[in-house]
Amino acid sequence: MDFLNALVAFLNFVLVPGTAYGAQLALGALGVTLIYGILRFSNFAHGDTMAFGTMFVILITWGLQGLGVSFGPLPTALLALPFGILVCAAFLLITDRFVYRFYRRERVKPVVFVMVSLGVMFIMNGLTRFIIGPGDQRFADGERFIIRARDFKEMTGLNEGLAIKTTQGITLVTAIIVVAVLFWFLNKTRTGKSMRAFSDNEDLALLSGINPERVVMITWLIVAALATVAGTLYGLDKSFKPFTYFQLLLPIFAAAIVGGLGNPLGAIAGGFVIAFSEVTVTYAFKKVAGYVLPDALAPSGLAQLLSTDYKFAVSFVILIIVLLFRPTGLFKGQSV
Amino acid sequence: MKKLLLATAATSLMAGTAFADGHAKEVKLGIILGFTGPIESLTPSMGDAAELAMKEVTDSGLLLDGAKVTPVRGDSTCVDAGAATAVAERQITGDGVKGIVGADCSGVTGAILSNVALANGVVMVSPSATSPALSTAEDNGLFFRTSPSDARQGVVMTEVLMEQDIKEVALTYTNNDYGKGLADSFQAAFEEAGGTVTINAAHEDGKADYSAEVGALAAAGGDRLVVAGYVDQGGSGIVRAALDSGAFDSFHFPDGMISAKLVENFGSEIDGSSGQHPSPSEELSQRFTDLVGGAFEATSPFTPESYDAAALILLAMQSAGSMEPGDYKDKVMDVANAPGEKIQAGELAKALQILKDGGDIDYVGATDVELIGPGEAAGNYRVVGFEGGAEVTAGRK
Repeated sequence: MDFLNALVAFLNFVLVPGTAYGAQLALGALGVTLIYGILRFSNFAHGDTMAFGTMFVILITWGLQGLGVSFGPLPTALLALPFGILVCAAFLLITDRFVYRFYRRERVKPVVFVMVSLGVMFIMNGLTRFIIGPGDQRFADGERFIIRARDFKEMTGLNEGLAIKTTQGITLVTAIIVVAVLFWFLNKTRTGKSMRAFSDNEDLALLSGINPERVVMITWLIVAALATVAGTLYGLDKSFKPFTYFQLLLPIFAAAIVGGLGNPLGAIAGGFVIAFSEVTVTYAFKKVAGYVLPDALAPSGLAQLLSTDYKFAVSFVILIIVLLFRPTGLFKGQSV
Repeated sequence: MKKLLLATAATSLMAGTAFADGHAKEVKLGIILGFTGPIESLTPSMGDAAELAMKEVTDSGLLLDGAKVTPVRGDSTCVDAGAATAVAERQITGDGVKGIVGADCSGVTGAILSNVALANGVVMVSPSATSPALSTAEDNGLFFRTSPSDARQGVVMTEVLMEQDIKEVALTYTNNDYGKGLADSFQAAFEEAGGTVTINAAHEDGKADYSAEVGALAAAGGDRLVVAGYVDQGGSGIVRAALDSGAFDSFHFPDGMISAKLVENFGSEIDGSSGQHPSPSEELSQRFTDLVGGAFEATSPFTPESYDAAALILLAMQSAGSMEPGDYKDKVMDVANAPGEKIQAGELAKALQILKDGGDIDYVGATDVELIGPGEAAGNYRVVGFEGGAEVTAGRK
């Protein structure tokens, strides 16, 4: 019984939130890694692209709610998601047409591209705040829980409760679907193959007749979809605030680099590595240890490695260790 | 050219003297509040309340034989100590204020007190600085506040919890002067009363997700979670995450959390929780609301305290028969406390007359002012409970 209690406490406070957070980071990191692999620069505007896309999902959700449309037990935002993706994609294509294409034609160094993306980041940052404001927005509706902590305790008779939020479930399911579709697209379709060829060797790809503008366009479309989905899931599960999306940039880049920049599989692994490191390193294991260990050995302190204030520092440390000892990441990506 | 300069200088000199003569009966008071910054939504009505007291005194024509009280507003910014001290310096040396209503936030108040008010010997009465650290700050008897120190709130919280037989709590606070001061004073009081604080952890405001913080709080355990935060900020996030994960189902809320927003956010989910916030009795707040008559938000936090702060300075001047801070600083405690005739908000003219005739007053004002210790309000708290998705008054302390 004690062992089960320990397991449930661990599930409730580490595994379930860590998995949902990991899936959100993985989707964000996939976008970063695709841009790095195909367009060959680190897109600093990614966090704000997420905020920008999510903002439109929220606005459309509010519109749908106003019209009385609902999605039963699921959040209405899922219905609004495709429209949000379209608006975000349109904006990214316009940005590419008027900003990035010029620098691509000039064949500027990657570092110039990074600075350009920084500028785009500030513009999107400002636009988002201008349209929806800098404050917190809540747009989740529908059933809040799959299992409530109190119900779980009554059902099982355990001391510890397990709560799984609907948004956590949706996050995981959506992430699996999106990743499966993406990998099928990259590996099986003609367009996906041409994108991978372009990523591997640009000149060879051009020689074999691949249209670079088309590859670039499709990349932006996929990135818009990934960013909007990741942002909406994060916002549903936690809350939407432009500044927190900007801060997400750090763990997302950490995830992409840890996994290996340019490698989609690595981005997913990296997302979960970062998420679980953040959660486990800052979790106080007192309760779990108290159940498992005999009384004499049970810790009197909190058994917490780092205070939760240092959550973001964990991604920094992992980033530095990986860059020092394995610059290409866990799965062989391009070195930074 | 030389003559012209000389003539101008002479004229301005004469004008200056004439100006001073004409306004010998003018008392200038500074109002230094954070008109921009994190509490900018509270300060307009605080400033208006202080000016209301000044206007009342001016209209009576009784202060120091008919002196006129002129307010001088300044922006403390609430967070920038440099800007706040510069404003105070300018008001004292430039405008010649004889007392300051302010400042508002604990950090800038301490900075103005030690850097400007002490050096120039000017009295400060803060309506809203609640940090316990200010009780022991060196002030030469120049600093008073009409709001209670959070050391007092820590003791009140302890009493509320002990009465409900809660001996073990987890504690989280917003990471600033207010949160830290309140958390530390509560922990000290609670442990002295025989309770246990299982964890005393900070949380940052403005984050999207507090599940990690709640994980640590849940691991430490406790009968109730004390949330010394802000309802518009991380405080609500912590409560949300604690309810969602089933970590805690009852809470204790200090003043930063008590608001209509709390019930709006959580409804019946927080039934069985408790809390407290400084608040004058219904009767006094109704009286003050009537006095204000809709000119500004009379029940906004620290607004009645601002009225009292300005009134105390002016009554002390009358009692001392002088507008010089050095003369009237010792009279502040006298006019605020017994013995003497009780003075309600809106009765400043009566008070001035009594003092003029050599009598004693016991200023009650808008918040039942009673200054204790180093010149801070004793503090009247309303204890709240939560039942059936609504906030109810569960007593007073």
